[in-house]
Amino acid sequence: MADMIAVQELVKNYGEFCAVNHISFTVPEGKIFGFLGPNGAGKTTTIKMLTTVLDPTSGKILVNGHDPTREQKQVRRSFGIVFQDPSLDDELTAYENLDLHGVLYGVPHGERRKRIDMLIDFVGLGDRKKNLVKEFSGGMKRRLEVARALLHKPRILFLDEPTVGLDPQTRNHIWGYIQQLSKEENVTVFFTTHYMEEADRVANEVAVIDHGKIVAQSTPTALKETTACATLEDAFIALTGHAIRAEEANATDRMRMMGRAWRGGGRR
Amino acid sequence: MRAIYILCVRQLKRYVRSPARIIGSLGQPILFLVALGFGFKAMFARAGGGNYIDFLSPGIISMAILFNAVFSGIEIIWDRQFGFLKETLVAPVSRIEIVLGRMLGGALVALAQGLIVFVICLIAGFRIKASPYVFLAVVFMFLISLLFAGIGTVFGSVLQDMQGFPLIINFLIMPIFFFSGAIFSSQGLPKILQIGLRLNPLSYGVDGLRGACSTAFAYGLTVDLLVVTLVTAALLAIGSYFFSKIQL
Repeated sequence: MADMIAVQELVKNYGEFCAVNHISFTVPEGKIFGFLGPNGAGKTTTIKMLTTVLDPTSGKILVNGHDPTREQKQVRRSFGIVFQDPSLDDELTAYENLDLHGVLYGVPHGERRKRIDMLIDFVGLGDRKKNLVKEFSGGMKRRLEVARALLHKPRILFLDEPTVGLDPQTRNHIWGYIQQLSKEENVTVFFTTHYMEEADRVANEVAVIDHGKIVAQSTPTALKETTACATLEDAFIALTGHAIRAEEANATDRMRMMGRAWRGGGRR
Repeated sequence: MRAIYILCVRQLKRYVRSPARIIGSLGQPILFLVALGFGFKAMFARAGGGNYIDFLSPGIISMAILFNAVFSGIEIIWDRQFGFLKETLVAPVSRIEIVLGRMLGGALVALAQGLIVFVICLIAGFRIKASPYVFLAVVFMFLISLLFAGIGTVFGSVLQDMQGFPLIINFLIMPIFFFSGAIFSSQGLPKILQIGLRLNPLSYGVDGLRGACSTAFAYGLTVDLLVVTLVTAALLAIGSYFFSKIQL
């Protein structure tokens, strides 16, 4: 089986700070790979490098056989992504957001309409598709982003904490569909989450990253066995310690606060 | 091409959907038009300058375009902070297409605002001299829109947050407006200011627009058109370059 994602000795430095420190892993086609780690461990930085929006300091990446730093278009065509932060246009309707995505990804007009209708119903927003996204709750936006990521039938799905703010019903619904995609259409899934039982249930393989280094990588079952823990959550704590991580507020957080103050709240 | 088109459409949709912004950004040009236009009208006529509203209106129209176009570029910062930028940056289209779509959309929005202000100026008493140049008014307005959408894009791409925004407005955009001949002509100015006016690309835009409406060009139609077109082309290229360097 071919590797859909292959990472070798990947490094990302921000000045003195090393966010990702010589990590290597592979994800075979059709597998669901859980990338776990405390806040600030380097998960999102890794995803950014895999998805062509951040250049690595050193190391090698192949996504669907292409190098994200040189063959950006081929890499971008291969994946769909749900970002950690919302990335919809609030001033457009749900349908328009998906339509814009479909146009950017070159999905032909007829097929685009069919898939948008199908996916928007699937995430339970069928009767809201003409509403502006700014009227949506955090959970509804999340669902719409999942639908959007699937619109162009990607070979790989990147999900950066996709289920934050979703109720158990929606979580199960979405994971059920993703598992089905992986099984029936051989879609490869790379996800991060802080919900360990979720990772335990859906991941074929997990890697635990801490301080920019991968500290463990195996199946969830094997990970529990080697750490002699009953749950993946305990195994995770055993591997990464109890210390709570400080994460620096970045420009985005400051800006969000400003935006909130400006618009009188209401934004998730 | 499809990316340029859809991103352009996106900006136009956002524009027509926010009447608050449309009306809000008319406030400043109307204030300048009324306060300066009527405030200095009598003095300007007494000094032999003719009708000040006719002189001022092209400057006020340019001002509306200037601010809206720069703001459309700066909007990249908002899109970065509120996430939509990421969606476009991971799409399988070149950055050049994305940025051209954005700049074109922003320029069309600025042009629309400029046309609204144009109508307001006509209501305030602005009179156009019928001449073969009149259609050039819209050409100059569109070129100024593109030019400053390019400048806005440079700043939107380089800045990480809105902290630097007042700096740009007060130390770049305001001086560009005041020293463009929008509200006074360069005749009789101190030498240093005259040079400043000659180096300011908006001067040629304002003069082109004024000339198209009155047939009197201070720098000459060819010079105006040439300078504005070349600077616009350069700034579109520079804006594209900086946008293509964005990392998340």
